[in-house]
Amino acid sequence: MALDQSFVGRTYPPTEPYEVGREKIREFAEAVGDAHPAYTDAEAAKALGHPDVIAPPTFVFSVTFRAAGQVIADPQLGLDYSRVVHGDQKFAYSRPVRAGDRLSVTSSIEAIKSMAGNDILDIRGEVHDEAGEHVVTTWIKLVARAAEGA
Amino acid sequence: MTAKIAYSDVEVGTELPAQSFPVDRATLVRYAGASGDFNPIHWNESFAKEVGLPDVIAHGMFTMAEAIRVVTDWTGDPGSVVEYGVRFTKPVVVPDDDKGALIEVSAKVAAKLDDNTVRVDLTATSAGQKVLGMSRAVVRLA
Repeated sequence: MALDQSFVGRTYPPTEPYEVGREKIREFAEAVGDAHPAYTDAEAAKALGHPDVIAPPTFVFSVTFRAAGQVIADPQLGLDYSRVVHGDQKFAYSRPVRAGDRLSVTSSIEAIKSMAGNDILDIRGEVHDEAGEHVVTTWIKLVARAAEGA
Repeated sequence: MTAKIAYSDVEVGTELPAQSFPVDRATLVRYAGASGDFNPIHWNESFAKEVGLPDVIAHGMFTMAEAIRVVTDWTGDPGSVVEYGVRFTKPVVVPDDDKGALIEVSAKVAAKLDDNTVRVDLTATSAGQKVLGMSRAVVRLA
């Protein structure tokens, strides 16, 4: 069944802060095989003008995806998550995420479309630091494939 | 932000050094742990096949993380990335053998924008299939 268009524009409450740990950044950088010193060596990061080690560009996805769980699991929206695939992903940064950041995510539903029986849901996540400054905006496009026989 | 590439030194069509990224089952288990994405399609072959996939597939976000390395290695500062977006078009299939899969990434400057930024278009393939579409980054150069 098509998702209710009236959910477009709905904004969910900001999440409790996620604290970015330097060892979590190291673990993520190692998992993607990226040995760039700005991820693990504060001096190398400072030499590039950053106050502390920074996270790889896609690191913040897991933080915003967890926040998007509020939307995905909203019983009123009624998304069938067992049929969902990740369609598109986009990030727009004001600055890189760095160790010590306490990030809060405000998720909202930017668009709902129905194409060939598939439901397409665009969730925007606005990520701010503890001072309320914008860090990054993420867009997650989820595609719920049509149920068989639907 | 301290990119080592100068805006004035690049033209539309400038190619970035291409790279290949190997991925095997152990890579996926490690990425699952680091990212918190434990969907069994990324590590459990029988589950993957049950839901209609040819085999275990890589996390789309893993592929996205690898592709941008071509850009961040080029600029020298990962903080130079202003925007980055992709479409996941085909999965990277990762067989349980001693080779795994290879993600091959090339990139070129597609447009020179304002404020010392350029748009880089990326191409990522695995086993001859394009695995990312609309893959674009905007980066700030020196």
